[in-house]
Amino acid sequence: MAPKPKIAFFDFAGCEGDQLQVANLEEKLLDLLEHVELVNFREVMTEASDDYDIAFVEGSITRPEDEVRLKEIRSKAKLVIALGACAAIGGVNCMKNFMDDMEVREIVYGDMARAYPTYAARPAKAVVHVDAEIPGCPIDGKEFLRVTKELLLGKPPTLPDYPVCVECKAAGNICRYEQGKLCLGIITRGGCGACCVSEGSHCWGCRGLAPDANLDAARYVMEDQAGFSRIQVQDLMRMYLGYTNAPL
Amino acid sequence: MSAKKATAKTKKAAPKAAPVMGKRVEVKHISRVEGHGNIVVEIDAKNKVKACRWEVPEAPRFFEAMILGKSYTQIHQIVSRICGICSIGHQLCSIQATEDAMGIMVSDQTVRLRKLALHGENLQSHLLHVAYLALPDLMGVGSVIPLAQTHKKELLTLIGLHRMANEFSRATTGRTTHPQRLVPGGFTKVPTEAELRDMKKMLEDSIPGLEAASDLFASVVDKLPNFTRETEYVGLVSPAEYAMYWGEVGSTMDQARPAIYYKDITNEYMVPQSTAKWTKNKGESLMVGALARFNLNHKRLSPLAKGIARKLGLKAPCHNPYYNNLAQLVECAHSVEDSIRLIDEMLNSGIKSETEPKITPRAGKGVGAVEVPRGILFHAYEYDDRGRILNADCVIPTNQNHANIQKDFEALVPTLVDEDEATIELKTSMLVRAYDPCISCSTHFVDMTSAREERRLVKFVRVDD
Ligand code: SF4
Ligand code: SF4
Ligand code: SF4
Repeated sequence: MAPKPKIAFFDFAGCEGDQLQVANLEEKLLDLLEHVELVNFREVMTEASDDYDIAFVEGSITRPEDEVRLKEIRSKAKLVIALGACAAIGGVNCMKNFMDDMEVREIVYGDMARAYPTYAARPAKAVVHVDAEIPGCPIDGKEFLRVTKELLLGKPPTLPDYPVCVECKAAGNICRYEQGKLCLGIITRGGCGACCVSEGSHCWGCRGLAPDANLDAARYVMEDQAGFSRIQVQDLMRMYLGYTNAPL
Repeated sequence: MSAKKATAKTKKAAPKAAPVMGKRVEVKHISRVEGHGNIVVEIDAKNKVKACRWEVPEAPRFFEAMILGKSYTQIHQIVSRICGICSIGHQLCSIQATEDAMGIMVSDQTVRLRKLALHGENLQSHLLHVAYLALPDLMGVGSVIPLAQTHKKELLTLIGLHRMANEFSRATTGRTTHPQRLVPGGFTKVPTEAELRDMKKMLEDSIPGLEAASDLFASVVDKLPNFTRETEYVGLVSPAEYAMYWGEVGSTMDQARPAIYYKDITNEYMVPQSTAKWTKNKGESLMVGALARFNLNHKRLSPLAKGIARKLGLKAPCHNPYYNNLAQLVECAHSVEDSIRLIDEMLNSGIKSETEPKITPRAGKGVGAVEVPRGILFHAYEYDDRGRILNADCVIPTNQNHANIQKDFEALVPTLVDEDEATIELKTSMLVRAYDPCISCSTHFVDMTSAREERRLVKFVRVDD
């Protein structure tokens, strides 16, 4: 039998919620371990090795030293997979990209602000080549297993290319806009089953923009049709989608 | 490498007759904790401790700045992302602060459901910690994975308990991580009566597993180092219950005070040799978390939890920080039993469907204080009249524990000078792990080189619509 592929987990600026989702797979994680060898997962194991095939990277890149570390990971791994919104699209950390950098540091660190090298938060793919992404905040455990299986079989994993609204309709939810509320499902990539809407909340956009999402049309729906202010729309769009060239 | 192997190897490398060299232990990025922390211990050839430090190089994340100007409708979802493990606690604390600032009252049902949510998180987090992160040390292995071979039955019991905790949280809050049902004023969706009955059954069925887990821990309790250092224990206290969701801020050395005085209790300050802000009140440092709560509130634990404490030999006051792991297990039993009680109350009074409450924002300041798995958490906000944040301050449990970890190090390391590096590494790592630090939570850790630092609240000017 061929040796098991070695997989490793690494984290940058993030909340480790995605690694937690992996740990939360419980028995399914033990099943996965029949097929792969876990060599690096600081959150759950002390042993660590620099010899790995697949590197799962969580969190966004916010400092020069993070870049060095990520490039090193890239040079050792055959495949680099971005895990979660922070790594895949920049995530909530990008909210600070819309604020004055020095001001952000001063608010939290006062007179010592200068001691903190931080720059605009960015996703992993802004620094190195990324082979696949598992979006979400946090990731969906089932999607993690599916993508990992596809990688192990040598197939390029694909993500749904339709927006959350498609799954929201399938889930039988009443549209938030019908209730006079704002929702980003119209431009967000599906794959989560519209889980937030089903729980009474709305889509925050954590899976990133759906391919070909039309921001102009979305703004028309949100501002002109539904009557939300520019700032309300902007706050929601800047929560997860901050790392983009699109004017948010 | 397992601890045993490491010890054997060090012994071989340094036979007794060899000249005594100094020892240096440097654990870069201690494993099985949340976030990045380092341990540095230096002992010279004359067995004098040259340095013992607990350092934190985690990337700062600036949440207190990022939420400035944001609307009260979004805050609890943003701050949830401070920590994946305590996401429910951060949301609840944030919501409390918002409700306090805007004078929002909530229903009894909401309070009960929130308490359930908090128990769910406590169970998730404590079980993850005692089973997956702390237990391997007691079994002499580097992770939980080898236990699948050697202790399959016990491991499956622990996995079953952890899965139950996740399932219970999901049924209460909509998701196990970064929940969606909690909002200022109440819930967007509540469990049905049938779901509550299922949850109750699930909790009841977990009790034999909890008993088995405590038997397992009772059998290895002597592997926890026998080390004590008296300190100040701080946590919520209430005459009505084992306080988790609300109460006053109590201390073993001080009078209890309402949460609005949180700054006077935590007194965040800087010291040159530390990476993080330290806190102190009456003592030279203070400890928050399961052991602190146990020391303050043990009389109000549920009967099952008291029984498990007896089985584990945990008695208040307990000054051994390693026993925090045992206090976590005791709290698991309490959370299960108290949740069953809360569910019974709801089933008796009948569950009412709730929709997202209507709130008219108003200007004001508010403080939230909630016991999360790692200790007391504070969020303090100031809102403008449109419900947008002007100032924010979050004081996270791990930050409060930092000085205490360092002081424990200073007391512990001199007792270890004759040990080999592997033992020093294991015992200091176990100490840090016992606190279950959640470093990515700590939104304002400070660089090693900073000599002084002062918090300044900057007025945020926003060009609004
Ligand atoms: S994507 Fe979300 S869950 Fe994952 S690390 Fe970032 S904030 Fe945490
Ligand atoms: S609620 Fe949101 S996701 Fe669902 S259909 Fe409406 S816009 Fe789309
Ligand atoms: S509904 Fe939206 S915010 Fe929720 S998980 Fe799906 S993409 Fe993310």
